[in-house]
This record gives sequence, C-alpha cells and structure tokens, in this order.
Amino acid sequence: MTKKKPILFLALAAMLLVSWAVLADATGDKTGGIANVPAQVAGKPTLEEIGAAVGQTRVSLNFVWTLVAGFLVMFMQAGFALAETGFTRARNAAHTMMMNFMVYALGILGFWVCGFALQMGGSGAPMGASLTVPETMTKLIGPSIGGNIWGLFGGTGFFLSGVSYDVAAFALFLFQMVFMDTALTIPTGSMAERWKLSAFVIYGLVVSAVVYPLFACWAWGGGWLSTLGKYVGLGHGYVDFAGSGVVHLTGGVMALTGAIVLGPRIGKYVKGEAQAIPGHNLPMAVLGCFILAFGWFGFNAGSTLAGTDLRISVVAVNTMLASASGAFLAFLYTWKKFGRPDLSMAVNGMLAGLVAITAPCAFVTAPSAVLIGAVSGVLVVAAALFIENRLKIDDPVGAIAVHGVNGAWGLIALGLFADGTYGGGLNGGPAAGVAGLLYGDPKQLVAQFIGIGANLLWVGGSSFALFKIIDLVLGMRVKPEQEMQGLDFNEISAPSYPGEGSPVHFPVFASVPAKVTSTLLVTQPSPAGGK
Amino acid sequence: MKMITAIIRPEKLDDVKAALFAAEVEGLTITRVSGHGGEKTVLESYRGHPLVYEFHDKVRLDIGVSEPFVDVTIEAIVKAGKTGQVGDGKIFVFPVEKVVRIRTGEVDRDAVTPVHMLQKK
Repeated sequence: MTKKKPILFLALAAMLLVSWAVLADATGDKTGGIANVPAQVAGKPTLEEIGAAVGQTRVSLNFVWTLVAGFLVMFMQAGFALAETGFTRARNAAHTMMMNFMVYALGILGFWVCGFALQMGGSGAPMGASLTVPETMTKLIGPSIGGNIWGLFGGTGFFLSGVSYDVAAFALFLFQMVFMDTALTIPTGSMAERWKLSAFVIYGLVVSAVVYPLFACWAWGGGWLSTLGKYVGLGHGYVDFAGSGVVHLTGGVMALTGAIVLGPRIGKYVKGEAQAIPGHNLPMAVLGCFILAFGWFGFNAGSTLAGTDLRISVVAVNTMLASASGAFLAFLYTWKKFGRPDLSMAVNGMLAGLVAITAPCAFVTAPSAVLIGAVSGVLVVAAALFIENRLKIDDPVGAIAVHGVNGAWGLIALGLFADGTYGGGLNGGPAAGVAGLLYGDPKQLVAQFIGIGANLLWVGGSSFALFKIIDLVLGMRVKPEQEMQGLDFNEISAPSYPGEGSPVHFPVFASVPAKVTSTLLVTQPSPAGGK
Repeated sequence: MKMITAIIRPEKLDDVKAALFAAEVEGLTITRVSGHGGEKTVLESYRGHPLVYEFHDKVRLDIGVSEPFVDVTIEAIVKAGKTGQVGDGKIFVFPVEKVVRIRTGEVDRDAVTPVHMLQKK
C-alpha cells in the first residue's frame, strides 16, 4: 500500500494535467456554443431548434432573475428583525426578534394555503417577455359591470396544487410570498414592546391568507384597480411597480390601526407629552437598514419579473439614488431641527426613500428619483413627529411614517413624475409608456389616488376589525406589570440578554435548587426537566 | 445628618424621583442592584432546561440629608414607591459622621444642602 500510493498520486496528477491541457478554457472564449443547443443532429440545429433554445434561455434567465431577486427580498426579513430590535429596548429584544422571526414561517403557511390563490389565481396568461403564472390559473372572481369583470380575488392555486403545480407558479409564489412577508412584518415594529404573542400569531395567519392578498390581487393579480386604465381610461390603471402601495402602504396602514388598538407603551406619554424611549442598540438598527437597502435591489429590480428586461439597470439605480437622497435629507433636516443629526432618523430617511421609489422606480428619470427620495427624507421625520406628538400614537420604530406615509407618497410620485418612456401596454392600458401629471397624463394620478383610497378602506378597515376582534377574544396587549418587567420575561421562555441589560442580571443555575422548588416558585418547571 | 438608603422597584424610580424633588430633596445617587426580599422566585426555561431568576432587579437610592429632611424624604419615598405588592423594597437610615463637599470644602449641613438653596439663604 505505502509503495503504491506515490505512483497512484503521480498517475492522477498526470491525468489531471493532460485533461486540463485539452479542456481548459481560461479566457472563456470556447465555453458554450452551438453544441449546447439541443438538436436532433448535434451541432447542427434547425431554425426551429435554435428558436426553441433562445426562447427557453430567455425564460430561464427570467426564472433565475426572479428567484434570485426573491432570495434577496427574503433576506430583508433579517433587516427588519435587526432594525426593529435595535430601535426597541433590551428587555423586549427576544420578543421583538421572535415576532420578526415567526412572521416568516406564519406568512409562508398562510400564503400557501390561500393567499397566493386569492392574489394570483386569476391572472394566468401565456408567458411572453416576463414571468407569469400559468395560463390555467385564470379564475378571476368579481362583479361583472358592462361586460367587464372587476376582479376582487383569484380562485385557483390553493395549496399550490392542481393547476398551480407548475414551475412558473412556484417561482412566482416565492417572489410574491417574500413581498407579502415584508408587508406582514412592518406592523411588528409599530406594535413592538406590548403586543401579545398569541394575538400576533392570529394576525400573521389572517393577514397573509386574506387581507394582503386581496389588495395585491386588485393591483397585481388582474383585479379591478389594475383594469381602471383598460376599462375606464385612467392611464394604465393603478400602477405600483414594486409595491409602495401593495406592500408598504398596506404594512403602514396595519401598523397604524394596530398601534391605535394597542395604545402607547407605558411611560411614552407623561401628561400628554411624548417621551423619548431610546432603542437599545443603534448599530444593530443601522446594520438592519443596510440589509434592507441591499434586499431592496431584489425588491425593485426583481419586479420586472424578467432578467431579459434591461430596464433593470434604471430600476436599480433609481432605487439607489432615492435611498441616498432620503438618508441625506433626513440627516440634514434633523441636524437643522434638533441641532445635531439623528442617527435613527437618518436610518428612517433611507428606508423612506426606498419605500417611496418602490412604485415609480421603473418609470422615472434619475433627477426625479433623487427628488422623490429627498422629499421622503423630510417627510418621514415630519410625519414621525406629527404621529407621535399630535396624533399621540406610539410607534417605537417609525413604521407608520416610513412605510405608510411614504408608501402613499411613492404612489403619488408615480402619478406626477412617470416620464412615459416605459410600461407601454402595462395592465392592458395604452401602448404609450406610463406618464404622470407632469408628463401629460393627469388621469394616471387619479388612478393612483383611487388605489390609495382603496388601500386605506380595505386594509385599514379589515385590519382594524381584525385587531378589535382579537382584542375581544384573546386580548391584544400584555398586562402592565409584564410590560414594565419586559416581554422577554413574560412572553418568551428566556430573555435575549441574560446578563447586564435585561431586567434581571443573574444568577442562572444549572438546576432548580431544592429550597426554591418547595415554596417560592411562580411557574411550574418545564416537563423536560433540568437534568 | 443621616444617610438614607432605599431599595425600590425600578419602574417606580421616576415617581419616587418626582416626589423627592417636590419635597426639595434634590441630591441623590442611584445604583442598579439585584436583590432578594420576600418575593417569589421566577422560573423561566432555556432550551427546555429550567432557569431560575432568584434575584430581582431593584434600584438603590443613597441620599444624604440633614435632620429636618429625614422624615420628609422617607415619606416621599414610601408614598411614591408603594404598590402594595411584595417587593416594594426597604428604607434604611444610618447616622452620618461627617459630609464634605469636595469642590468647596464645606462640611456637614452646608455640604448636603443643594447649591441654589445655599445661595437663597
């Protein structure tokens, strides 16, 4: 054995060298070619075979683009978890993290059961330049007025089974699901530090299954908002490229109704005056913000649903520009207003710019994108202060100002600044590109306002009712003494920070001392035991 | 002079501080402490194993006062810090031999009187 080993090794090395010499292509010139086109006669494909290969390659590119963009958006969950937890107090860190963590699992399940079907089940179309759900998913349910169906929700694709057991349906499920989850996780910020976990679970399932998908169907699933252009002539109908409205306004409105139903945290208002309750880890929040900004490239550029649509570069750069002007203006505005710049507000400013550019990112020029972000940077600070000081609504992370107010601003901005160079034929509308008020189409702005109104009515009404019902049945809010002590200590099995910074410092015993078990325990030991 | 040491609930700190200031007791030192009184021990669990939190988070106030302020201070703390539940804390009063204000070298009663009140005199 020992003698054979060097010989074997040398033989192997020689083989590798020879094969490299023959096959290696360091420049890449020789990798890929006509031999890779599937053909009856290898290397000599017919025109039909070439056409089929080109078509499938384009579709493959769209699949890969959409899926990878979806993976980026999924990572935004981590950004939300870090930003929200950083902006809240140490004694609630495990609770805030638990909500941001479980929202992913709850959302996937709710969306899989019926959310996806209600949203996209009526939008099936032959796949052309971009990814669509399969042609068989065409059951759009809604009233028929004047011979036109005004879609309210879809009716195929439940449990991703039957006609939706299809590669395109699965790809779109992933992409739409992570968008839904973004909306779903927004209210956990405004409702942090006092929301009962059991109430949160009900919320997560109902919103992912019904509340979000309906509005998303109206905008993206062929529903009535999207057909306002085709049937009534309002521009291209309600246009929301990547979801300033569908995702962020929805999340922001739920954040608002939830914060109203819950009421402010204990100590937030003293004699009606809002008090500062500083977050416990701003570096954590900044890291979260960067992860969100990174994931946003998937959010916006991925929304072409086509890697073959080269507009993706415009979308991505507009996204980047608006995030920059949002952050910079919030930084400058707080510097001017408070005497020194505010880091947490600068973070909110970047996110606000991103939220606002999400709808118009594909339709506006670079200067417009900078302007839209700049308005967001000021708007988010002013709105956060107004909500806190005037409306007396306690929103620990600024979710209502960032996602709600700037989501609406993004939709209006599209109706103002869309320049008519992109989006021809979108939503079955005119062949010309989407144009806003400043580029000659005031009707587009009308469609945008109808979308905002519909969102406020449906999402606001249904989420408020949902939170009220949960409050009556389960209770939405923890007891005051639990809130004072920290939710980590009452809603979660163990605190985030067992040492300094949590409501109790020490000690952590390996097992329950005999003396303690006999007389003083508040709760029973867990059945698993401590041994 | 007396040194008044009070152990109170952390969530009552704001109320107690407001009551002390209202009683013109303005000099105090606070420390985060953990302690064990007659309260029940809390049992949590981490990955299925029990976790005992035997000591509870408290805030300790140390207040040096001249004789006329002793009862005022005690009364303010009791009134503002009381919830009626086990775990409201304790107040300890100790005699103080000498107090020196480092900045001026003032001693005893002058040293425990807030600067703006001294100037009023």
